Amino acid sequence: MSLNKMHASEVAAKIINKNDLFILDVRNEDAYADWKIDGESVTSMNVPYFDLIDGVEDILEKLPKDKEILVVCAKEGSSIFVGEELVEAGVQNVSYLPGGMKAWSEYLEPVKVSDLPGGALYQFVRIGKGCLSYMVESNGEAAVIDANRMIENYTSFAENKGLTIKATFDTHLHADHISGGKDLADQMGGTYYLPEEDAGEVTFDYTPLKEGDVFSIGDVKLEPVYSPGHTIGSTSFIIQDQFLLTGDILFVQSIGRPDLAGKAEDWVTDLRTTLYDRYKEMAGELTVLPAHFSKVEELGENGLVSAQLNELYRVNDGLNVEKEEDFRKMVTENLPPQPNAYQEIRETNMGKISPDEETQREMEVGPNRCAVN
Amino acid sequence: MDAQKTLDAKGLACPMPIVKTKKAMKEIETGEILEIQATDKGAKSDLTAWAKSGGHELLKTEEEDDVFYFWIKKG
Repeated sequence: MSLNKMHASEVAAKIINKNDLFILDVRNEDAYADWKIDGESVTSMNVPYFDLIDGVEDILEKLPKDKEILVVCAKEGSSIFVGEELVEAGVQNVSYLPGGMKAWSEYLEPVKVSDLPGGALYQFVRIGKGCLSYMVESNGEAAVIDANRMIENYTSFAENKGLTIKATFDTHLHADHISGGKDLADQMGGTYYLPEEDAGEVTFDYTPLKEGDVFSIGDVKLEPVYSPGHTIGSTSFIIQDQFLLTGDILFVQSIGRPDLAGKAEDWVTDLRTTLYDRYKEMAGELTVLPAHFSKVEELGENGLVSAQLNELYRVNDGLNVEKEEDFRKMVTENLPPQPNAYQEIRETNMGKISPDEETQREMEVGPNRCAVN
Repeated sequence: MDAQKTLDAKGLACPMPIVKTKKAMKEIETGEILEIQATDKGAKSDLTAWAKSGGHELLKTEEEDDVFYFWIKKG
C-alpha cells in the first residue's frame, strides 16, 4: 500500500464523466469556504492539516470505505503528509493532487466544440477557475481568444496539429485572470488584439480590435461585434455565422457584472443595451460560447459550456428583467465579492506591473466571480 | 517583542512550519510567547487559523525581506 497521485487532468476527467470522488481538503477553513473542487459527483470534507498532524484517528470513521479518497491542499506538501498518515492507518485507495489547488487552478481541458470549414473550434475549459478560452483552426492557421497565462497549453496543442497561431484576441481587459494573449502572440510571431476602449492604460504594443474588421483564419470568418457593459471595450465575436463568443457579457446561467473597473453606474446602460438590443437582434440559432462558467452544473457533454442564444432569452434570468430600473439594481447592488487581487490582475494585463510566476499564481487563486448571479 | 522561544522555520514548506510550531509550543508555558520566522507564503493564513483553533493568541505579524515573523502567546 502506498500513496497514489491523481493529477489535475484525472480529477477533471472524473468530474466531466461524473465518476464518484471523495475529497479530503486539508487547507484551512477560510480557503475551503472561498474556493474548492466542485463537481456533481464530488463529495468533499474539510479538515485543516494542522488538526491532523498528531494523527488521523479522529476522522477515520468519517471516510468512505468504498470510494477513492483524494487528499488536497494548497500546493501539495500537506496533502502528502496527511495522505501518508492515512495509508499508514490502513486506509485503502488514497491519492493526493500533485501541485494542489494551484495545479487545479491552472489545468485546461481542451474540448472540441464543432467542426469548421477546413478545421475546428475548441473550447479550453479551465475547470478549477471557470475560465473559458477558445482556439479557431482552419487549414493550418489558428487564432486564440481570451488566452490564459499558461500559454504552453495552446502552443503544444497547435504544434501537435501543425498550426500557426496568427492572432490572439482578448474580448476585454480581464480582471479575474492574467491574460496570455500578448505573450502567446509574441512567442508565435502573431498579432495581439485588444479593444481600444479598454486599453487606455496599457503600456505595451497591441493592435486595436474594432467592429467592422473581419478576420480570416484559413477558411473561417471571425467578426468582432462591439458589445460593451462588462467593460467599456467588451467585444464579442461571431464565428462563421454560427457561434457567438460573448466574453464576459453573457454567460449560460448569468450575465456579466459592470463593476470591476469601478464604473458600475456608468456601464450599466451599455450592458442593458448589449443584452436587450444588440444580442437580441442577432440570429437566435447562434450558439453562445462565454468566457466563463460559475457552476460545474454548466458543464455539458465532454465538459463543453454552451447554449443557444434564443434558449438563453427564455431561461436566463439576467435577460428577463423587464424594467430598466430593476436591471440597474440587480447589476449594481448586492454583487458577489470581487475576484481575488482583481486590481493587480488588471494592472498586470495592462503591463503596468510584472509579477513573477509564483506571485501570478497566488493572484489568480480562487473563483472568477465575473458574473452577477 | 520579547519571546521566550524563537523558532526558525525559514526555507521550510508546508506543513513543516506548523509541525515545528506545534512542537515548540509544547516546550513553553501558557502565557509565554513563541516567535516564529518563516518564508512559506501559506504560513501566514495557516498559522493564523491554527492559533485561533488551538486557543492561542497571535499577537503580531511582520514581514521583512521576504521573511514572515509571528509572535504567538500560548493559550
